[in-house]
Amino acid sequence: MTAVAPAAFQQSNVDYVAILPMLIVASAALVGVLVEAFAPRRRRHVIQVSLAVVGLLAAFAAVVWVAVDPNKVGHKGLTMGFTDGTTNHSVFALAIDGPALFMQGSIVLMGVLGILTMAERFGGVGPDAFTPSGASTPGSASESAAARAGALTSEVFPLTMFAIFGMMIFPTTNDLIGMFVALEVLSLPLYILSGLARRRRLLSQEASLKYFLLGAFSSAFFLFGTALLYGYAGSVYFGDLSKAVATGPLAMNGLLLPGAFLVFVGLLFKVGAVPFHAWTPDVYQGAPTPVTGFMAACTKAAAFGAILRLAYVGLDTARWEWTNAVVIVAILTMVVGSVLSVTQTDMKRLLAYSSIAHAGFILVGVLAFDRKGVGAVLFYLVAYGFSTIAAFGIVSLVRQNGGEATHLSQWAGLGKRYPLTAGAFAFLMLAFAGIPLTSGFVSKFGVFSAAIGTGGATGTTLAVIGVVCSAITVFVYARVIVLMFFSDAPDDAVEVVTPSMATTFSIAIGTLITLALGVLPSSLLDLADRASQFVR
Amino acid sequence: MSEPYVPILFMLGLGFAFAALSVFTSLVVGPKRYNRAKLEAYECGIQPSPQAAGGGRIPIKYYLTAMLFIVFDIESVFLYPFAVAFNKLGLFALVEMVLFILTVFVAYAYVWRRGGLDWD
Repeated sequence: MTAVAPAAFQQSNVDYVAILPMLIVASAALVGVLVEAFAPRRRRHVIQVSLAVVGLLAAFAAVVWVAVDPNKVGHKGLTMGFTDGTTNHSVFALAIDGPALFMQGSIVLMGVLGILTMAERFGGVGPDAFTPSGASTPGSASESAAARAGALTSEVFPLTMFAIFGMMIFPTTNDLIGMFVALEVLSLPLYILSGLARRRRLLSQEASLKYFLLGAFSSAFFLFGTALLYGYAGSVYFGDLSKAVATGPLAMNGLLLPGAFLVFVGLLFKVGAVPFHAWTPDVYQGAPTPVTGFMAACTKAAAFGAILRLAYVGLDTARWEWTNAVVIVAILTMVVGSVLSVTQTDMKRLLAYSSIAHAGFILVGVLAFDRKGVGAVLFYLVAYGFSTIAAFGIVSLVRQNGGEATHLSQWAGLGKRYPLTAGAFAFLMLAFAGIPLTSGFVSKFGVFSAAIGTGGATGTTLAVIGVVCSAITVFVYARVIVLMFFSDAPDDAVEVVTPSMATTFSIAIGTLITLALGVLPSSLLDLADRASQFVR
Repeated sequence: MSEPYVPILFMLGLGFAFAALSVFTSLVVGPKRYNRAKLEAYECGIQPSPQAAGGGRIPIKYYLTAMLFIVFDIESVFLYPFAVAFNKLGLFALVEMVLFILTVFVAYAYVWRRGGLDWD
């Protein structure tokens, strides 16, 4: 055996402007940690919230700046070259293209709304939804003792920023290792955030543990799949992977299919697709409600961005090998999500199953294998994200004895006593159901027509199943609306607490965007369509 | 037997020899003065009782220390290869490394200010 000469080191080429949005969010998160360390305790909440919001808005401005520069779009943000003496091989780790920038921009904007709902204090010292000490009940002596000892909850904002940072890399990264790092960066803060609920702490801590354990398993699957794909192609970069499949069978041909499946398992877990959905209802129910809204909107967007890139850039040439499995997953996701949402009695669990069903509908768009499908998926993620943040924002306002009243029966007659809140919630329900004049209709129409247009017989089948499942979910949402407006309130009626300006703003913006994208969707549809080209 | 692995084998033998020699030397020349703390099951100070002091709660100080160790552990994992290849890497890598260490120091500053380094 002869020693292999080490590949000559070649400096990586970083375009700092192209990755500026991610750098801004990461620096804001780091500064947030320093604020936690050095800022006076009383000011921390205000400083953290403003730092996070300003950081995210600056990142959005940077995304727009990069996106309007024709030299930057289609750019390979972080390129590396290496040589083995004879050939010079260049790969890129971050792809600054249309889908990546579109996802980054929408994740950042949804993140702003998520931060604003998390910052809700209801006149207290810290955020109302989060506990400063996981062992004490709200309002108890031990909780105030913990607060006196300096336990604060303003750490949730840097944690959220780190999660957003990971979510921005997730759809941007162009190699499997980078994708794994992004997956962990976005997941670890979410595991912590979902265990921090102030009320129903045990449920929350249980949810956090479940999420962590199952998430660790799915990460392991992803990593194992990465190893197999590396064994197949000899590279973790999507371009090399695609080329290795296209150039014909290699010695390690048997590794392709298991590798692709395992990597898909890791990604489909994050979007909550059946049969990897078991964590979704528990975590959505247990996590603090603002975190649930943030998670449902942003994690889903980031993970679908990553799925799109893997399916369209990395494994596109191997599509015939894995498509059937993902088709089955999509069908299962739609059917299980919509059928099980019928039997739910808890509002947060109902929305969780609804989000599972939506993941199935989005998968139908992914499986169209067409630019139109990509555009439809991008639009769907934005429309669903804004609606879902607003919906969970409203759920966090309906209360009884200080805590959230999430049982469906407690929502009876809400429309008669609080017509505005219930009206907004009913409107969001109609959007989830996909009724015309809401963003839900436009987005469902987009993914189903893309599937029928280019998906062939499979696409048509998927679209038909999707429409049937939508019809099932219409029943669920209609039942909630009927319950709110046409049944009498129980004696121990719930109340809708008055939130701060920030929460009102994010609920209003979420609802208005749902309406605006339903009435005048053309500008965003156009943008999503123009952003649907991947760089290779 | 291939050439490049000989130094590694030699290093392995050296490592074993060093460990064996250290243990043996301390057995022979080390002082043997026993006291109560020395004879406890765990010399670190934790009492080996079924119930920890203070109602079954185990202090998480050790856990915090272990987590802190990881901060510096990871730092040195990256510092070693950087130091070895310093001449080839040039200014770019130096700047990157400074940025990396600054990032790690953010975690360190947080731990220091929030009392992670206070034992009591």
